[in-house]
Amino acid sequence: MSNTETKEATYKPTSPNSKLDFESVWEYAPAPQDSDFAEVKDRYELFIGGKFVKPSKGRYFKSTNPATEEEITEFAEATQKDIDKAVKAARKAYEGEWSRISAKERGKYIYRIARMLQERAREFAVLESMDGGKPIRESRDVDIPLVAAYFFYYAGWADKLEYAFPGKKPEPYGVCGQIIPWNFPLLMLAWKIAPALATGNTVVLKPAETTSLTALKFAELVKDCGLPDGVINIVTGAGQTGAEIVNHQDIDKIAFTGSTNVGKIIQKSLAGTDKKYTLELGGKGALVIFEDAPIDQAVEGIINAIYFNQGHVCCAGSRLLVQEGVADKVIQKLKDRLGTLIVGDPLDKNTDVGAINSKEQFETVNKYLELGVEEGADIYQAKCSIPENGYFIRPTLFTNVSQSNRVVQEEIFGPILTVQTFRTADEGIDKANNTPYGLANGVWTDKGSKIFKVGSKMRSGVVWANTYNKFDPTSPFGGYKESGVGREGGMHGLAAYIRN
Amino acid sequence: MKHPDFNQTIPIDEVGVTERVARLNSRSIKKDSKVQALKLALSMIDHTTLEGSDSPGKVIQLCKKARQPHPAIPDLPTVAAVCVYPRMVSVAKKELKGTDINVASVATAFPSGQAPLFMRLEDTKFAVSEGADEIDMVISRGAFLNGEFSLVFDEIAAVKEACGEAHLKVILETGELHTLENVRKASDLAMHAGADFIKTSTGKVSPAATQPVTLVMLEAIRDFYYKTDKMIGMKPAGGIRTAKQAIQYLVIVKETLGAAWLNKKYFRFGASSLTNDLLMQIVKQETGHYQSLDYFSND
Repeated sequence: MSNTETKEATYKPTSPNSKLDFESVWEYAPAPQDSDFAEVKDRYELFIGGKFVKPSKGRYFKSTNPATEEEITEFAEATQKDIDKAVKAARKAYEGEWSRISAKERGKYIYRIARMLQERAREFAVLESMDGGKPIRESRDVDIPLVAAYFFYYAGWADKLEYAFPGKKPEPYGVCGQIIPWNFPLLMLAWKIAPALATGNTVVLKPAETTSLTALKFAELVKDCGLPDGVINIVTGAGQTGAEIVNHQDIDKIAFTGSTNVGKIIQKSLAGTDKKYTLELGGKGALVIFEDAPIDQAVEGIINAIYFNQGHVCCAGSRLLVQEGVADKVIQKLKDRLGTLIVGDPLDKNTDVGAINSKEQFETVNKYLELGVEEGADIYQAKCSIPENGYFIRPTLFTNVSQSNRVVQEEIFGPILTVQTFRTADEGIDKANNTPYGLANGVWTDKGSKIFKVGSKMRSGVVWANTYNKFDPTSPFGGYKESGVGREGGMHGLAAYIRN
Repeated sequence: MKHPDFNQTIPIDEVGVTERVARLNSRSIKKDSKVQALKLALSMIDHTTLEGSDSPGKVIQLCKKARQPHPAIPDLPTVAAVCVYPRMVSVAKKELKGTDINVASVATAFPSGQAPLFMRLEDTKFAVSEGADEIDMVISRGAFLNGEFSLVFDEIAAVKEACGEAHLKVILETGELHTLENVRKASDLAMHAGADFIKTSTGKVSPAATQPVTLVMLEAIRDFYYKTDKMIGMKPAGGIRTAKQAIQYLVIVKETLGAAWLNKKYFRFGASSLTNDLLMQIVKQETGHYQSLDYFSND
């Protein structure tokens, strides 16, 4: 154990609760992002074989803006027949033109998609915020730039696969069924489609039913860029539609991002079949803050870890583990920092925390808020005002919790942070690992050697040091234990789309 | 008051500080909130002239501008203070009589501080006896970088004593301290030694005030407040020339320390050319048009 861990804290705040006043004489005026230019149709069809086609059963479902509870548009519900059609189109494209063109040409298409996404970045950002409730600051500065970055990155690999996998002739699987979640709709689409295309596969992709808008807009872009028909097919619908994809006989690989429960169902369905799969599931990330950490920057890291995208992040850092000597200080600073978070209209440029994605998720998060209190936790919520309509939840801290509480064990997928303390590095590591999940953790310390010592003992796919929620196309991402199977991103992400 | 062990270093992560500043800079300040910010910034200015060529005539003009920044717009706030060399204090004091504009004076062998302590104290006493309401002192950076923290501490305490009733602003000259950890340490040292304000720079060294440095100093002020309940003021100085920059600074203050610091008692800008850019933006907000700088008096 190092000295810093046994060193007595030199500092105790005199006031345990926030005493800085952030409501003041000078308030920011509304700064709405212009959204009139982003066209939304009244209805969106399925995108199959390069064409927009009506669903075979003629059923549509509504999509609402979670910040206003108003209907935005409606999407076609794909059923078995439609999925079959989409898979046939993908198979035809795979066996036809897509396999015949050179890898270099394939790369050019992906580059073109990336460039067109950049050109229309603001439009996609606005639609992403309207449909999903995330603040425009994030969709504009994080989601859409990363979407383009992933396409650019994988475009570069298209004609260099033999360098990525020396000594073998990399071959695609064929038709990939891809099912993505609602927390980063277009970004998850990019994570799935870009490596699949780069390796020469064709895809049938299903976006989440609450956030299908940008996927259909993406389909329009695909059409504009002249990609051969059937290489990308986009089908909309809820769980049943997803099940049709998973169980379709002519799909070679399933890539799924979503909840652990659904992941388990998929794994069961695929048992005994020849299909390959990658699953990126839930998480309950720990943020381990040592006494010798740069505290003010660590607090900022915590904010980015749990309140980014309303906490709808599979790798969110939802469990704060702070060393006892600095716990009071960190909690006080965190409470004061919550006082400056702006919760509200996702399309306002100053909004830090937007709307909870759907009514269903809103209810789930509220249920956990009640549960935490029932379990005896102390609840602290930001004092900010929230809009009357729409699904908004104040950023929340649960203190006085322990490892045995459900709010500490279960993935909430909302802006809720639990706070626990630890005394030694070993205890911190134990607590961080004491979860069925293992997607991401964070460590804060000024000491480089401690980062490696602690980081290497953490059983999670990602360990961030002195930062959190940083993504890059070159870096693999994926989980241990119940957080998933396989990796996405980087060269690992390519490997998930070629035959072994 | 028991002060911390200054041989211990409080870790600061520069990457994190830079990211935080970038995030704060992404705040979009429009309409009413912009007008309010521009006027607030104007009221926080220490209107400054610190040149070898300063003469009573120059200082008188500066004071007149301070009293009446732009006659075309009535009801504008005046600046907070006029900042001059000790020899010019009496001139400024006379010119600002009957206003609530303070006279601030740099002292302690500004800008280098390279004079014996007794001379620096005399310099301070002289400025105070001439009527200075505020003293801007410089710390001994050489001694600080040399690890002689008690010496620096004792010097600040001595200057504080020499100030008497006058408010003491302690200039850290962060451009010569090089690391954010040094900035943090010098801030803590100055506050514990009796500073009423901590200030980034003399304006004679590049870089002068920067936003990351300011954030670190504001966080030091916040920790000091948590610990002692005492509010210390902050003054970035040098290099802040545009209204846009000034508003970014105000956002940093608002979201780090909150409402209590958003006034001239606890926050100042040390600047000379900032005044006219603020005026130009205020006129733009009121009339919808930009005017040529020829319509704004230089001093």
